[in-house]
Amino acid sequence: MSTTHAETVDGALPHEPEKATLEGRNKVLSFWLFLGGEAVLFGTLFATFLALRNQTNEGPTAGELFQLPMTAAATLILLVSSLTSVFAVQAMHRHKVAALRVWLMITVLLGLGFLGLEIYEFAEYVRAEKFGMTTSAFSSAFYTLVGFHGAHVAFGVLWISVLIGQLYKKGLTVVTAPKVYVSAMYWHFIDVVWVFIFTVVYLLGKVG
Amino acid sequence: MAHAHSVKRHKGLMDWLTTVDHKKIAILYLLAGGLFFGIGGIEAVLIRLQLIKPMNDFVSAQTFNELITMHGTTMIFLGVMPVIFALMNAVIPLQIGARDVAFPFLNSLGFWTFLFGGILLNLSWIMGGAPDAGWTAYTPLSTTTYSTTHGVDFYTVGLQIAGLGTLIGGINFLATIITMRAPGMSFMRMPMFTWTSFITSAMILFAFPAITVGLVLLSFDRILGANFFEVANGGNPVLWQHIFWIFGHPEVYILILPAFGVISEVIPTFARKRLFGYSSMVFATILIAFLGFMVWAHHMFTTGLGPVANALFSIATMLIAVPTGIKIFNWLFTMWGGQIRFTSPNLFAIGFIPTFVMGGVTGVMLASAPADFQFHDTYFVVAHFHYVIVGGLVSGLLSGLHYWWPKMFGRMLNESLGKLSFWFFIIGFHLTFFVQHFLGLMGMQRRVFTYLPNQGFDTLNMVSTIGAILMGIGILIFLINAIVTATKPKGVADDPWEDGRTLEWAIPSPPPEYNFKQIPLVRGIDALWKEKMAGNKGMTPAEPLGPIHMPSPTILPFVMSVGIFIAGLGFMFSKEQFSNSFMSLIFNNWIVVIIGLLITFGSMLLRSLYDDHGWHIEVDELDEEGVKA
Repeated sequence: MSTTHAETVDGALPHEPEKATLEGRNKVLSFWLFLGGEAVLFGTLFATFLALRNQTNEGPTAGELFQLPMTAAATLILLVSSLTSVFAVQAMHRHKVAALRVWLMITVLLGLGFLGLEIYEFAEYVRAEKFGMTTSAFSSAFYTLVGFHGAHVAFGVLWISVLIGQLYKKGLTVVTAPKVYVSAMYWHFIDVVWVFIFTVVYLLGKVG
Repeated sequence: MAHAHSVKRHKGLMDWLTTVDHKKIAILYLLAGGLFFGIGGIEAVLIRLQLIKPMNDFVSAQTFNELITMHGTTMIFLGVMPVIFALMNAVIPLQIGARDVAFPFLNSLGFWTFLFGGILLNLSWIMGGAPDAGWTAYTPLSTTTYSTTHGVDFYTVGLQIAGLGTLIGGINFLATIITMRAPGMSFMRMPMFTWTSFITSAMILFAFPAITVGLVLLSFDRILGANFFEVANGGNPVLWQHIFWIFGHPEVYILILPAFGVISEVIPTFARKRLFGYSSMVFATILIAFLGFMVWAHHMFTTGLGPVANALFSIATMLIAVPTGIKIFNWLFTMWGGQIRFTSPNLFAIGFIPTFVMGGVTGVMLASAPADFQFHDTYFVVAHFHYVIVGGLVSGLLSGLHYWWPKMFGRMLNESLGKLSFWFFIIGFHLTFFVQHFLGLMGMQRRVFTYLPNQGFDTLNMVSTIGAILMGIGILIFLINAIVTATKPKGVADDPWEDGRTLEWAIPSPPPEYNFKQIPLVRGIDALWKEKMAGNKGMTPAEPLGPIHMPSPTILPFVMSVGIFIAGLGFMFSKEQFSNSFMSLIFNNWIVVIIGLLITFGSMLLRSLYDDHGWHIEVDELDEEGVKA
């Protein structure tokens, strides 16, 4: 069994430090598996939404509610944050800890921007449109699907923030590198889920 | 020789609360699973006592509903699942020649979340009424309109927490089997129990998130006033049935595949022959898992999906009989011409085969959609699924427990008591459930709390109840056997059945905490048997003797599970009207939920911030222990 003893950047850190130890490789593999389970989770939520999206119970419909410009802005923000997390992992592979931290911070800021827009959107629906969790089956399915995604983004923001702190304290090691790598996998995953939400919930809601 | 550990070694209770050793976690799973199995069994006996005669008033209709709901839920999620996990934990790292699972910390977390979920569910008995909508919790029966107590909330939240533990366990075993196999152990050299557990873990990964969502939707409907299943506001109750069975049907294969694995280990050992058709067994397992995801709507033939859907799901369901039949014949051909020893594990394994075949035959009958309109919701269905789950799965688990007991505890179970418990169990089982086929065909509905006399139901119900009591005696004898055995001194041989074929029989019973002093080199299927046949004493090591790295014990998984438990209770009672103003303050303002989540996420943060470097067992210590063994 390989050890987890920390190695510093000054030592011989391999090109892909996230896969240098058995623990690291296990973590990456299991995170792929976990994302498989997450895909089923969101798949079931999407199926629920598709089954109920026209059941508006005389409340607001998708066409009346959604403002595509704002959702497009949120999409752009989240897509760019996925790009910045790629830059972060590339910086990690070049062992540039400072650049890695900066890219992660930008990712977190973009994530916060996305969350801000989503909270504003939900608040507007509840305040101006009287569209709450209990309004209709459509509203329940909408808030549950999009809210689950939002909660994932919020968790990702907290997680990556903690990792930035650890990178300051512990530096880039074979222990911290797998954490950064799987957090980037997670971030891409929630980005992909958003692409589906944008298509299935918002675009289809506007035109379908 | 004295040696300073860099880690604090815990003793007594603290050792069990903090352990990350898969062998100790296996025992925890067995104890907790056994406890819940006992509770579920008592519920079963109460159900049968109520039905012993027509127009009985032993329990009320409401209590009866709670009993059947909790019996099903407890047995499936809290009884047999953890016993499966007990065997997986006890055996798989040993069978693949590993020192532990891939994630010892997660292993412990999975156990504690399962346990606290189970406790939460069972708290319902003393906190205002158990769930009463059946283990399937069909909407609208399970919505607040028709189920007014907190019972179903205990169901949704308790299962959610317990299911989280199962999912964690599933991912852990997938990773363990993929990455931790000893040198030389290719996938096609893996023992069948490892294979079936691997496939079961994959099914857990893809099936449990569906029920996670289903339970979220139902709890949102009940607690937050959402409308997923409220027809008046646009909801759709059939949606629940789909989501439940998209999880629920794979779940029954999640349960039975490890039992198939146990049978595939026990029968070759006691026939002194290698498993017949190993490759076809592997592919049959994979095929069953694949088809298992394709057949969920056969539970919904009478829902009104239409003839096309019913026909497709009928055919898909019948197809499963093919890979299952392959397995049955392979077991028979393994025994054919073997030197069979009728030990207690082998009795349970041999009893399994005809019993499971009978459950399979009624399964094909039920798969026929037109016939199912007659069978649906009758005792015929009850008989069918008890044949596969009790006569199949529970027999398999009892076989596995008798088989691996010496490896887990270092003591042989008493063979005479084991055989006695088998005969009580199998005779009691068939008495209980064989007659239920006919009760169902004669029109007795399942889940009815009583029935009128003189419909031809009276005698058969009486027989069924007597059978249930015999089966209960069989389980009690097993329990007595376990207790009697626990008082005996340890010290069975490495290979107490003498014909062990796989790696777990190459190391001491019970194994040291690092399992293998040196990771073994695997040179073929049935690795130990191969060495025996080559005249070698034990396995050839694949590595030189060196210090062994071990993970540190930790209390964090326990604390995290307590946090989830608190948050779950807080969520359940968030809309409750309390007479006490303090209680309303902390519950209605989500303070309890926030405290629980803070405990959980705080523990996750601690786990992330403080690296666990583990500790080492040095070579001189290994030698010292080697002398003792």
